[in-house]
Amino acid sequence: MGRKLLLDKAHIEGIRYYDTYRANGGYAAAEKALKSMGPEAVVEEVKKSGLRGRGGAGFPTGLKWSFIAKPEGVPRYLVCNADESEPGTFKDRYLMEFIPHLLVEGLLISSFALGANRAYIYIRGEYAWIPDILEQAIAEAKNKGWLGKNILGTGYDLEIFVQRGAGAYICGEETALLESLEGKRGNPRIKPPFPAVKGLWGCPTVVNNVETIAAVVPIVNIGGDEYIKFGIGKSTGTKLISACGNINKPGVYEIEMNISVEEFIYSDEYCGGIKGGKRLKACIPGGSSVPVLPANLLLKTAKGETRMMTYESLNDGGFATGSMLGSGGFIVMDEDQCIVRNTLTFARFYHHESCGQCSPCREGTGWMKKVLHNIEYGKGKMSDIDLLWDIQRKIEGNTICPLGDAAAWPVAAAIRHFRDEFEWHVTHPDEALTRNFGLAHYADPLPAPAPAAV
Amino acid sequence: MAVVQFSEEKLNKVKEIIARYPEGKQKSALIPVLHLAQEEFGGWLSAETMDYVAGLLQITSIEVYEVATFYSMFNLKPVGKYLFEVCQTGPCMVSGSDQIIDYIKNKLGIGVGETTPDGMFTLKTVECLGACGYAPMMQLGKHFREHLTPAKVDEIIAECRAKAN
Repeated sequence: MGRKLLLDKAHIEGIRYYDTYRANGGYAAAEKALKSMGPEAVVEEVKKSGLRGRGGAGFPTGLKWSFIAKPEGVPRYLVCNADESEPGTFKDRYLMEFIPHLLVEGLLISSFALGANRAYIYIRGEYAWIPDILEQAIAEAKNKGWLGKNILGTGYDLEIFVQRGAGAYICGEETALLESLEGKRGNPRIKPPFPAVKGLWGCPTVVNNVETIAAVVPIVNIGGDEYIKFGIGKSTGTKLISACGNINKPGVYEIEMNISVEEFIYSDEYCGGIKGGKRLKACIPGGSSVPVLPANLLLKTAKGETRMMTYESLNDGGFATGSMLGSGGFIVMDEDQCIVRNTLTFARFYHHESCGQCSPCREGTGWMKKVLHNIEYGKGKMSDIDLLWDIQRKIEGNTICPLGDAAAWPVAAAIRHFRDEFEWHVTHPDEALTRNFGLAHYADPLPAPAPAAV
Repeated sequence: MAVVQFSEEKLNKVKEIIARYPEGKQKSALIPVLHLAQEEFGGWLSAETMDYVAGLLQITSIEVYEVATFYSMFNLKPVGKYLFEVCQTGPCMVSGSDQIIDYIKNKLGIGVGETTPDGMFTLKTVECLGACGYAPMMQLGKHFREHLTPAKVDEIIAECRAKAN
């Protein structure tokens, strides 16, 4: 069994409530941080731990914290990104629903480290029942003296508030989230200035994902030096993976970042294999924005090495033959799935979610959706495949925020690895409507890498 | 035309929301207050409702319109008593959401975006709601209905009808 740091106690009956959480070691890290460590020492431990942002970008958290500006007399804010909208991702929901005090404790320690006296949890509007759970946890913590004025007699004050969004993927982008929190449309801001300098209401702000903030609790508990003993290399600690699609056991798993992709998919401890005994065709390992990989490139890298569930290994080969760990939204597709149709749903998604500020994204996402629709429904031309490639190239890197890239990458990867399937849709328009291309050669062993040229 | 006016209790809730932000930043309350207004005034936001919210928060009407039109959870026209919001994005699609959407269409005799003649049900397709492991799924009011099958859809429809009577 892999070791756990976040969900090790999530199964305990009543852990949602303060008394049970406290009785099981909860708030010990907060006590340690506030009473015996001090803000700088907490930041130091987080830096030492190598913790990387768990929302998708994987940016070192300690470094992000160290950027926060500290002008005299200006409030600082911590904003928790609970917008969780990346298709395939539902891990933060699980954490907030089942062990909300872990997030509250993490917010307390992190706010203390940053010198913020107010923290906001911005949660996607559709998770409409979760604010009640969080607000109850916050009220319990406040009642027991962990929030409010002069916490533990240290002179430190903190209030935590929950804010619901209203249905907008883009609000998971940190500057769009801040705009939304200010009561505006979720249009991303041009950076710089970064939120660490000018964030919420123009004040220095750190925006961190739910899982990132929760991970601060075990880091303070066991120390950064112990934390890095979990995982491999720069992929330290544990990661929540939300697994879905055609597998036997969809759900949220906390993994130590030292297992192989194959073990994650096939072992009974995790996904339990492909549903109905079917064969694996493809997988999107880190949420819909990251490149889809065919089975043969998913389980082994192009160099023939075992692909691991780490930031580095999933990215091995770059976008040519690799993908990304991203948000941990792990979408598995069996031999009956159609890559063109799946890509079409994502193109439709990004078109729906584009905020419309930048023309390459606003126009390009809709255009890709139309072209993909034609191909999927047997009305495509061979030149449409190249057209799609061309459109995505013109979106990538040409927008204010990463939504443009996120919309371009899935289309690019689908064409890169599954071009045969796109072409089959064009050459077999009638069949495209009645059956799928199937597994084809996508699980065949890869040819051994060519020896390096002398 | 019914007068758009929150009850005393809801007005207190609005005050409580505004108190979450620093002085003068009451515009931040806009999205939470629009949620409250939508719940209170028939499941959608009319121009009158939006103007009322603008007045409450001391902002201009256009500031409310531009937000209400941006976020997909705000309904800008009337919807049925029960709104079925069925996810159709990739992970739900590979788990059979297309068939569920077709089943609901046939069962209720309406298309996507339409409301049954009795004003009871509206069918809407939505993009990823963060329940991919429990697909196919839909949002119904405050909660998610997951692992949908035709039989489960029948149960949900019957449950809504029973509640309405």
